[in-house]
Amino acid sequence: MIPVFFAYFALMSMAAAVLTVALKNPVHCGLALLALLLHVSGLFILLNAEFLWAVQVVVYAGAILVLYLFVLMLLNLKTDERYFHSTYLYFLVPTVLGSFYVLALLFKSPYGGAKGDAPASAVLEGGDTYAVGMKMFSDYLLQFEIVGIFLLGAIIGAIVLAKTPKPLE
Amino acid sequence: MVPLSAYVAVSAVLFITGLLGVLIRRNFIIVLMAVEIMLNAANINLVAFSYYLESMAGQLVALFVIAIAAGEAAVGLAIIIVVFRGKISTNVDEMNLLKW
Repeated sequence: MIPVFFAYFALMSMAAAVLTVALKNPVHCGLALLALLLHVSGLFILLNAEFLWAVQVVVYAGAILVLYLFVLMLLNLKTDERYFHSTYLYFLVPTVLGSFYVLALLFKSPYGGAKGDAPASAVLEGGDTYAVGMKMFSDYLLQFEIVGIFLLGAIIGAIVLAKTPKPLE
Repeated sequence: MVPLSAYVAVSAVLFITGLLGVLIRRNFIIVLMAVEIMLNAANINLVAFSYYLESMAGQLVALFVIAIAAGEAAVGLAIIIVVFRGKISTNVDEMNLLKW
């Protein structure tokens, strides 16, 4: 059953990504991005990462995407402006060729490596949220605090940038 | 059992799609959305390796990537609003104020 779900989520996320890049109306692009984010969260479930699934739905689909759509509707964009770069064919062909080369390399490599200390049975015992929390507030505490400071800086920066400038006397 | 290379292949396809979007689209907001696609591809990679190598580190880094993506979206959209207020369109080719 898992390969079926994997195939569904993988194909749908790839199709949604292509639509996000290719659609003409920016609002349609935003909705395709929403489909991509939800299907990627499905992939997280298949990988035993329930906490990341919840974060993906709440933060990405719930907050970031709403911010995008809000700005799109605030700006009221015209759709008649030139929508691809005039030389995009120069990028398209090398990218497609290079991606096939990368995929051929990927399917050849074995991905051996040292196993870590969190096998699936140990994660499933207390739940993924418990495992993430135990790790984050012990080994990754400094990084957690740094991300907090970073987000504070981003909030203040966004407010300062987007504030209506005071007219000069 | 889905092999790890399948997840990595999905991630590679998504990343290349996002990269292509950044290179060929001209609307600033769509370019930012393509950056989000690339960040999601990196997240799939991190979580897949975290699962198959039985380590928690990948999931934690993926969480930090989501936090960084939120900050990037907020600041990027604020810059778009500032640029749009100056009556410049959101076409990235026409944003050359700092070029000399």
